[in-house]
Amino acid sequence: MKNHNMFFRIVFCSLLRRRSRMLAALLAVALGGTVFLGMGAVYYDIPRQMGREFRSYGSNLIFVASGHALTLNLTQVEKAASLLPADKVIGLTPFRYETMYYTLRGVTVVGTDMASARKTSPYWRVQGRWPEKDAEILLGMDVAEQTQLYAGASLSLEVVPRTGEKFVKTLTVSGILRSGGAEDGFILMPLSGLEALMGEAGTASVVEASIAVPGEELAVLAESIRAGVPGIAPRLVKRIADSETTVLARLRALVYLVTAVVLFLTMICVGATMMTVVMERRREIGLKKAIGAENKHIAAEFLGEGVLLAGAGALLGMVSGWFFARIVSLSVFEREVSLPFFLVALTLLTSLLVTLLASFIPVLRAMDVDPAQTLRGE
Amino acid sequence: MNILELHDVSMVYGQVAALRNVSLTVSPGEWVAVMGASGSGKTTLMNIIGCMDRASHGVVILDGEKLSRMAARDLTAIRRDKIGLIFQQFHLVPYLTAVENIMIAQYYHSMADEKEALQALERVGLQHRARHLPRQLSGGEQQRLCIARALINCPKLVLADEPTGNLDEDNQNTVLDLFHRLHAEGSAIIMVTHAPDVAAHAQRVVHLEFGRIVNDAPRAPHGISSGEPDKCAVGNMAK
Repeated sequence: MKNHNMFFRIVFCSLLRRRSRMLAALLAVALGGTVFLGMGAVYYDIPRQMGREFRSYGSNLIFVASGHALTLNLTQVEKAASLLPADKVIGLTPFRYETMYYTLRGVTVVGTDMASARKTSPYWRVQGRWPEKDAEILLGMDVAEQTQLYAGASLSLEVVPRTGEKFVKTLTVSGILRSGGAEDGFILMPLSGLEALMGEAGTASVVEASIAVPGEELAVLAESIRAGVPGIAPRLVKRIADSETTVLARLRALVYLVTAVVLFLTMICVGATMMTVVMERRREIGLKKAIGAENKHIAAEFLGEGVLLAGAGALLGMVSGWFFARIVSLSVFEREVSLPFFLVALTLLTSLLVTLLASFIPVLRAMDVDPAQTLRGE
Repeated sequence: MNILELHDVSMVYGQVAALRNVSLTVSPGEWVAVMGASGSGKTTLMNIIGCMDRASHGVVILDGEKLSRMAARDLTAIRRDKIGLIFQQFHLVPYLTAVENIMIAQYYHSMADEKEALQALERVGLQHRARHLPRQLSGGEQQRLCIARALINCPKLVLADEPTGNLDEDNQNTVLDLFHRLHAEGSAIIMVTHAPDVAAHAQRVVHLEFGRIVNDAPRAPHGISSGEPDKCAVGNMAK
């Protein structure tokens, strides 16, 4: 028989025939593995999951004209959009601001892509319906109160086009917009409608983008646009980007903390069990030394038991950790969680590391056993 | 050459002298019984000869090697290669079967060999108990297993500490028969015992009192010994 076979036989027999004692340590490792893999999977998915959640708070990147220019060229905006990861772009909404007159008072009329605006500003609430035609408008809440106009009413605006004479255009109010922001004081209409009124197309005052990436990644994208597309100055919406970064950082810290605490407790539990096992097996250790075992044999046998224990515990932990991660992800984020392979390998490695660290002092105690003393019952 | 020589060996624990200037020689193939009351120094003597303790003073030479200044690791190697230990309390690894308890001694020595271990069990009449755990064996069977384990690596010297102390008369006789066979094959045996009828089986009886040898007398031999070690009949022949 090869000697390593005998080594495995000793280690297996020790664990299998004394399984009731090692069960506590096995469960501790399994619990550690569960939390590690579960929290790890959630941690890995947090930016993805939370990024989507954060997008409901509005755009996180805006494009304005660089230098002294007042408007953006939409062709350039398309170039900038090509630098963004298509699968992460929730929406890219142009806004063009023009001043028109209602009963001789100036009002700001905003032309935008209504479909895109619904994606980048999902918190906007419309009473009535969204404009579907160029001659339909949304009245901001404040404008509606001032004009006493509501959905279905008509509104005549005096338009001063870029070229030619001013004229009056009658538009239909399709709905009232409640945004909680500056838009409540504007009149919004489809960009194509505004372009037709103003006699000029292809420009925007600002473009708002909602992109589902973390703050640091967003800053890198902004920088690449700044460097790669002339005429556009990308700016992070600090309020949103910083909130996202802060919340994610805190969530990550929480995950780190919980995982570290659980791994520490696992180590304590495994260490205490191993120490008890060593104390209970002093006579056996003494006997092994008496019949010729060197310290390296004793250490190898206990560490071998630790490795087997860690492997079995990690397997159990990975299965239960996967269920744990799914439950957390479904109940908190209402989405499926993904399990990257590296996390499985990392869980196994961490279980091994924690068990070996926990076994360190008990193994030293085992190596200290004096065969003469233990065999005479001291 | 003597298998064992002790010259003026003393062992002091704090203020207590467990052994005082003990000198003793054992020839190859000799069977020596060590007798004495509790506290007379028998166990201390066995621990020193068995390389589990180092003498405070004096010289111990086992199979030509001076033990007195050896490091613990070297003492372990000497114990593994030259000594077979048999205990009153049997001391078996509880989660290993009978055959595995023998193989573990082979494993620490050189190479585990199940076939050889089974032959060793057969020699002590335990072949049918090879797959049993120690708790499934009677006291006599456990002691026979200990003997098989002690002999598996062909030790130059067998040290037996009260080998029949926990056995009934039938099992005592079985174990003593095994010792006679060992002796006949040429193994040197040092056996600690309280029982005069057990000591009477040895060739020579050494009496200890308060850590000193007070009597060292040959007795009429019960068995036949060639006086020289025979080839190993139980252990790893190839080693």
